[in-house]
Amino acid sequence: MGGKLTDTKHTLIALVEDKPGVLNRIASLFRRRAFNIQSLAVGGSEQPGLSRMTIVTGGDAAQVEQVRKQLEKLINVVKVSDITEEDMVTRELALIKVKATASTRSEIIQIVDIFRANIVDVAPGSLTVEVTGDENKLNSLLGLLRDFGIKELSRTGRIALTRGGSP
Amino acid sequence: MKKTGAQILCESLIKEGVEVVFGIIGGAVLPIYDTFPQYPQLRHILVRHEQGAAHAADGYARVTHRAGVCLATSGPGATNLVTGIACAYMDSAPMVAITGQVARPFIGKDAFQETDITGITLPITKHNYIVTDVTELAKTVKEAFHIAQTGRPGPVLIDIPRDVQQEQTDFVYPDKLDLLSYKVVSRGHPVQIKKAAKLINEAEQPVIIAGRGIIISQAYDELKEFAEKAQLPVAHTLLGLSSFPGNHILDLGMLGMHGTGCANMAVQEADLIIAIGMRFDDRATANTREFAPHARIIHIDIDPAEIGKNVPTEVPVVGDVKSVLTAMNKEIERREHVDWLSQIEQWRYEHPSLEIRQSDELLPQYIVHQIYEATQGDALVVSGVGQNQMWAARYFVYTKPNSFISGGGLGPMGFELPAAMGVKVGRPEEVVWCVAGDGGFQMTIQELATLTQENIAVKIAIMNNGYLGMVRQWQELFYGRRYVDTKLWNPDFVKVAEAYDIPGIRVKRREEVIPAIQKAMEYPGAFLIDFLIEPEENIYPIVPPGESLARFFEPSRPEVLEGKI
Repeated sequence: MGGKLTDTKHTLIALVEDKPGVLNRIASLFRRRAFNIQSLAVGGSEQPGLSRMTIVTGGDAAQVEQVRKQLEKLINVVKVSDITEEDMVTRELALIKVKATASTRSEIIQIVDIFRANIVDVAPGSLTVEVTGDENKLNSLLGLLRDFGIKELSRTGRIALTRGGSP
Repeated sequence: MKKTGAQILCESLIKEGVEVVFGIIGGAVLPIYDTFPQYPQLRHILVRHEQGAAHAADGYARVTHRAGVCLATSGPGATNLVTGIACAYMDSAPMVAITGQVARPFIGKDAFQETDITGITLPITKHNYIVTDVTELAKTVKEAFHIAQTGRPGPVLIDIPRDVQQEQTDFVYPDKLDLLSYKVVSRGHPVQIKKAAKLINEAEQPVIIAGRGIIISQAYDELKEFAEKAQLPVAHTLLGLSSFPGNHILDLGMLGMHGTGCANMAVQEADLIIAIGMRFDDRATANTREFAPHARIIHIDIDPAEIGKNVPTEVPVVGDVKSVLTAMNKEIERREHVDWLSQIEQWRYEHPSLEIRQSDELLPQYIVHQIYEATQGDALVVSGVGQNQMWAARYFVYTKPNSFISGGGLGPMGFELPAAMGVKVGRPEEVVWCVAGDGGFQMTIQELATLTQENIAVKIAIMNNGYLGMVRQWQELFYGRRYVDTKLWNPDFVKVAEAYDIPGIRVKRREEVIPAIQKAMEYPGAFLIDFLIEPEENIYPIVPPGESLARFFEPSRPEVLEGKI
């Protein structure tokens, strides 16, 4: 999403107040300071009134530390952790609408089964696949389905938590 | 008893100790203005342009250490504040900007004088609010003042729709804040302080770079003790001027693009930089890759995001400057640094900072220095931006704490007059000199009317060279003397002042300078002096863009007139 893709990917987790305009403040800060966002996912957290954001950004360690500190300065941001080096669980969900004909349908279903993905919609000319996993798994499945023709694709971006104790 | 939003706003301002509001009335703030007569303890100063309100609030804030308050209507009123808010943000000045907004049912409908001012000011405020429920208003004002005035100060904007100003609710001013995520670190970490002290105790060629953080924290005495105890010479950023006595033997003056040769040489040769309440601005560091190449760096700042932002730091100490220096003063040892200080005296001798070249023309350096002589430094100097700013920074000796006020980070021409107005209102007992350029002065010249209407006795010195001088200097030095669009036709400033009922005189010759300054000082009200200075006078030294601090350019020495050191 804009910016150049450089250096390593960093995963930041931000706990933010669930108030109007907070997403805008965060996105605006990335733009203004010329940091890039590769993906951003946001939703409720375990604490009422707080949302958890997972932001994947690129850059060297100093740049990402600068992003983290600038984010923490925002009044509505409670805490930001760079969990890249931590032991973490990451997941992404994708919905993939793939072209399917009578002759390709069963082959697609086989691939979907191998990836433990689900068919969530069946139409005369297409199948819609729901897949959850890390980015590598999603990319591999997409690579295989691309040969059949992908009509539409929607990915959520990465969400992440550290394993075990709290970050 | 129920109160309207407008009443709640006024009472909340009073609870916060606000005495002065700079603003302009308009449609979306009518309910607020309509309640002002009920609160005579709030002085409203009617400016002539909202930019003036914001700069005045900024100037007021810088000299009172309390949030300056400005007030504007929706749409154009709000957008006119933007330059002043951005300036306060860059220079970490506490400000609460209040704007009217169209009534809630009109928001998002592109109504008359509707502007998304919270969206516009997002990147130039420490925080901002739109109050959509009158029951939230008192709490919002309390939060706004707290955020503006604590930690690294900055502007906070509160946008209040017109119907919220009219809506009624019970007024209860909250005792406590409910700011989950806003925490201010004040004390530095003891381990970091010990580490820093160790480096200071071991250093042979240390230099302090003193920034505006010292002034914000009012740590003048602590800095003086710190510098004197370990014999640490002090260079200043532009906004760090007046944080340490300019006539002190350890004072090196300003560093940077137009810094003194002595300060720049000392920083480049230092083995330890102790950066205090400053942010390594490019005008101070010049080329950061070649900045202080032999130095380890200690950086003391209240804002953790400043650490390592522009220059890598070896020992960061995050905390309030006053508290950190107090702790540090217990850890550092007495040192003498005889060789280092004698080397510095050598640089001071080779690059005298106050020398003024021989000329038959009227030189701005001489004028600024004469203002210093006339006031003996007991004045607050407010500068514009450009050459006038650099002359004001370099040729006045700042011995009084917090006596130099300038739009350093944003560099807004037109800052000088309204900011000086705010400074004088905040510190009426002080003599306030506004050092203006002829270009910048015309950007906010309308505030002369405010001076007269509100009886604000600012002394104005225009350094009139008939050019946008700093840009002309760059054209001369870096663009082959091609003076494109920098020559100015100017009005007769003395006549302009007269039209605003402000007396003024024009000064063309050197011998008229001192009597003119005396006359301005003796006059009880605002006074304007139009100094017709040498049109192509430059500010030196200059570090050309992209060069290191050590590679400053200064004119050759023989033509020195007053070799003051």
